This record gives sequence, structure tokens and C-alpha cells, in this order.
Amino acid sequence: MKNALFVYSPEQLGYKFSESHPFNHKRLILTMDLLKKINALNDEDIIPARMATDEEIALAHDKKYIEIVKQAGKGLLTPEQTVNYGIGTEDTPIFHNMHEASSMLVGGTLQAVDAVMQGKSKHAVNLGGGLHHGFHGRASGFCIYNDSSVAIHYLRKKYNVRVLYIDTDAHHGDGVQWSFYDDPNVCTLSIHETGRYLFPGTGNVTERGSGQGYGTTFNFPIDAFTEDESFLMVYEQAIREVFEFFKPDVVFTQNGADAHYFDPLTHLYGTMNIYREIPKLAHKLAHEYCDGRWIAVGGGGYDIWRVVPRAWSYIWTEMNDFPSPTGPLPKDWLEQWQNESPVPLIPNWEDPNPLYEPIPRKAEIEEKNAQMLQKALHFIHGEMKKN
Amino acid sequence: MIVEEIMKTTLITLLPSNTVKEALQLMKDQQIRHIPIVDKNQKLVGLVTSNTLKNNVSWNALEDTKSFVSEKLIEDIMIKDLITAHPLDFVEEIALTFYEMKISCLPIVTGGQLVGLVTASDLLYTYIELTGANKPSSKIDIRVEDRPGILSDILFVFKKHKANVLSVLLFPDSKNENYKIVTIRVQILNPLSIIKDLKKEKFDVLWPNLPGITQ
Repeated sequence: MKNALFVYSPEQLGYKFSESHPFNHKRLILTMDLLKKINALNDEDIIPARMATDEEIALAHDKKYIEIVKQAGKGLLTPEQTVNYGIGTEDTPIFHNMHEASSMLVGGTLQAVDAVMQGKSKHAVNLGGGLHHGFHGRASGFCIYNDSSVAIHYLRKKYNVRVLYIDTDAHHGDGVQWSFYDDPNVCTLSIHETGRYLFPGTGNVTERGSGQGYGTTFNFPIDAFTEDESFLMVYEQAIREVFEFFKPDVVFTQNGADAHYFDPLTHLYGTMNIYREIPKLAHKLAHEYCDGRWIAVGGGGYDIWRVVPRAWSYIWTEMNDFPSPTGPLPKDWLEQWQNESPVPLIPNWEDPNPLYEPIPRKAEIEEKNAQMLQKALHFIHGEMKKN
Repeated sequence: MIVEEIMKTTLITLLPSNTVKEALQLMKDQQIRHIPIVDKNQKLVGLVTSNTLKNNVSWNALEDTKSFVSEKLIEDIMIKDLITAHPLDFVEEIALTFYEMKISCLPIVTGGQLVGLVTASDLLYTYIELTGANKPSSKIDIRVEDRPGILSDILFVFKKHKANVLSVLLFPDSKNENYKIVTIRVQILNPLSIIKDLKKEKFDVLWPNLPGITQ
């Protein structure tokens, strides 16, 4: 069995709002080119995405909403008619063939799911997916269809497995959380910048699920200006304990790369260190608990030149048991893309050190995150004591 | 906002002739701390709170069935000198009553009948609804000069971006009395273009606002 498969089709690039919109899937090309230039990705590793069917999308979305997306993408509706569906806003404008492009992202994630569940590979990644804000009947925050919600419903229905969803995007994974809020067989875990300022504002530690699903939703809101050590401390303890508590059959990770200091939309102070470590631990625990079954998707990431290509490359190298790349980036990659990049590219896999001025209230921020972590894990600690 | 919009109307009550033991059991089962006491005509005659019970009996009385205190009647221990409010009172006014009278619960009465109950938790929930994110949104703090028309100038920028404002809070700047902080919750993931335009209009945007750290 192959270690990993990489899902990609050029049609996924059709998910494009405008030239100036921060969500830009040119990230996919930049990442693949970087992986090819270090000889980590070959054509036989790549499987194509596909269009998700309407029935598949309807696993997580309202049929009326799907119809609205189709019509809007054909130019049949004005923003005034679609704004109540979250489309035609500054965040999520209408674009040509938006249904088809969105379906290719969903279908890509379903391809990754099938590859893993049918034993074609131990792990699979669809970097075009990870659109975690999409709601049942409404687009939100750049996300039209929620590929992760659809894929998890698909995993439940077709393969009847318990799924652990881990979301390390800097924004709370609200769409996925609400999709499975009362489902005891799907556990969602999101680490994100606190919603005090950042979109979408939810993701408090007190959101723990409801009904039968109480205790299978975990939120770890970290403070603005959080740095590597504190981020990784929260990540490591959180996912180790939740894996042990929930004992999933499959792990599904959303790998937004917007917690980096350079990211223009968030206020976290991560560096490339967190993106090197995140997939390592997910990989290790996937083998410990899930017989290796690990599906990864992309997500946010708005510094597409300096951050995303390096960050996402680490997912693929980790899936293949390659050592994490270090040192200089390939010269031909830097030369090829520097002309287009509005900012000087970072020449190495590592970020310059130091990357930013020291944070004045670092110790307090770390202390606050550590307190938050204990509160968020309180439920697990209580359950452990009972047994 | 008026009281009838936030009060609880599904009420758990007892009669003056019920026993202390029954009140204890009800609080335990329903996880409540306040029980209005009504007569047969639903007229409010008293109130029992967990504090009232604490001052009269010990929780052990529940297990000790022979205990004298647990068989005591509610009418002997209930608060009879009641502070109540009306469904048409403003929430701001009753918040002040809670604060000044140091109470944790207000029975709502009209025509002598008990029609609702507001607890301190209900008030806090209202506060959470006012300030929290009940729809996906970003929050932007802006420090502004305290002068007429400033809010309109700010909101004009949001209007230009067709961004839906969910809530606006305005409060004094703790450092300078001539300034105010405006907190705006807006239904948008990417507020950068709004922030850019606010700065262009010379507004002091604090995003995020953590004293001691400037970005």
C-alpha cells in the first residue's frame, strides 16, 4: 500500500472570487511546484479530484441552498437575491460556475476519503479542501460548500466509522462543529485565535456539544499574539488527550496555515515551527489509534507566498515518512516565483530568527493559554476520574 | 428591551403549605436556586432561595427524614417582604435593582399574579447576547473623539462595504475622558479593507485591543 496520495485537479483552481480576494488557490500550484522541485511529489502520487454529486453535497447542505449556488454561478441571480444565503457579500462574492468549482473541492476531499478507506493509501491529502465555515444553508467566510462536513457525513454513512476532526486553522471551525454538535460518533476539536476579535467569534471552551454529543466537541481558543511554544503546548496536550478519550477509527485534519506571524488576517505569532510539528503528531497518533487512517485537507492561509507553500509541504513530506526538509529552498522555485510575489520570499525552510520584535506580555499570554487548556480538558479529566 | 422579553415564564412554584424538604428536593431535581411561593390563585406570597434554606436548615436534613426542620412549613421560613418587578419594566432598571439591593432573583408580578421570574443568570445571558457572537463575525474596536456625529461617520465606512453590522457598543475610554471606545461586531471574515478605509478617515483602529501591545 502507498503511504499517501495527493488529490489535485486543475479545475480546483476555478474556486476563485477575484484577483484581489485573499482566498487564492494559486497556493496549490506553489505548494505542488515546491514539492516537485524537492523530488517529494511525482505524478503517480497524484489522483484527480471529482465533482461531488448533488446528493453528496446534500449530506451537509440544504437542497434549496445548492440550487441558489448553481443559479448564482450562472449569473441568474443578483447579490440582493443571494445575500441571505451568505453569497454576494464582500467575503464571498458570486463568481462564474461557483457550484462546479465548489463541487470539485468537495469531490476532492471525497476522493481522499475513498483512497484511505478503500486501502489505496494509508493517508491522503486534498489541499483544495478545508472550507470549514460553510453552513447547512448558508455560505460564510469564503466557504460555499463545507467539504469537511460533507466528507465526515460520507464517512459515517458509507463506512460507519468514528471520526476525529482536528482543526488548526487560526479561525474557529464553526461550520464543521455545528454540523456534528449532537453526534456522539464525530468528535470535533478546534484550536484557534479567540473569537474576541477574530471571525467567527465562536469557539469558546464552553461549547462542548449537546444532547448525545455532549463532550465530543472541544475548543481551544488561544490569545492573540500567541507564539510557537504556547501553541504547540496546547496542540500536543489537547490532541493526545482527545485521541485517548475518543479513540477514533479515522482522523481528519484541517490544516489552515493562517496562524503564522505573516498572515494578514489573524493576530497569532506562529512560525514555520508549528507547521513542521502539527502533521508529525497527527501522523504518529493516526498510526497509534487509527491504523494509519488519516485524511488531511487545507483551509485558510492568506500569505500564499511566504507561508502556505512551505507549511503545506510539511504535511506531504510527513505523510510519506520523508525527513522534514531543512535549509535552503530550491533555487529554481525561488527564482520562478519571486517575480510574481509582492514580497521577498523566505529563502529557507526555516523562518528567520527572530522573526518579530519580542511580545511584551508573553508570560501572561502563555499563562492564560495554559489555564484555558485545563478548562477545555476539564470534561475529559472528570470522565477519567469516574472510570 | 423590557422585562417580559427576557423573563422565564415556565415557572416552578410551591405552596406555603409545602415543606422545607419538598423545597430542597425540588431545587436539587430542577437545578434551581429560587422558588416563588404562590397561593391557590397563583398570587405571589413569598420566595424561597437557596440562601433562605441555608440560613434555616442544613442540606443534611434531606437525608435525615426524621429531622424536625425538614418537616417545617415553607410559610414559616419564606421571604415575605418581597422586591418584585413588572413585565413592562426596562431591563436596565431591574439590572440596577439587582445591583443595589444585592439580590439574585426578581419575581415578575402583574395584577397580583406571578407571571415570570428573572434571575441574575438571565441578566448575564442578556449581556452575552448583546456583546457576543451569535452569528459569524469579526469585532473591531475604534477609539474616537467624544463628539456628535462620530458614530455616523464610522458606520458610513461599513455601509460602503455593504458589511452587516450585528452590534455596536459605545463606552468611555478608561484612559482619556474626551474619548470613547466603539466596539463594532460585523458579519465579515476579512475586515482589512474596512480597517484600511477607517484609518484613511483618521480613525484610531484598535484591532485587537490588548493594552500594552501595539501592532
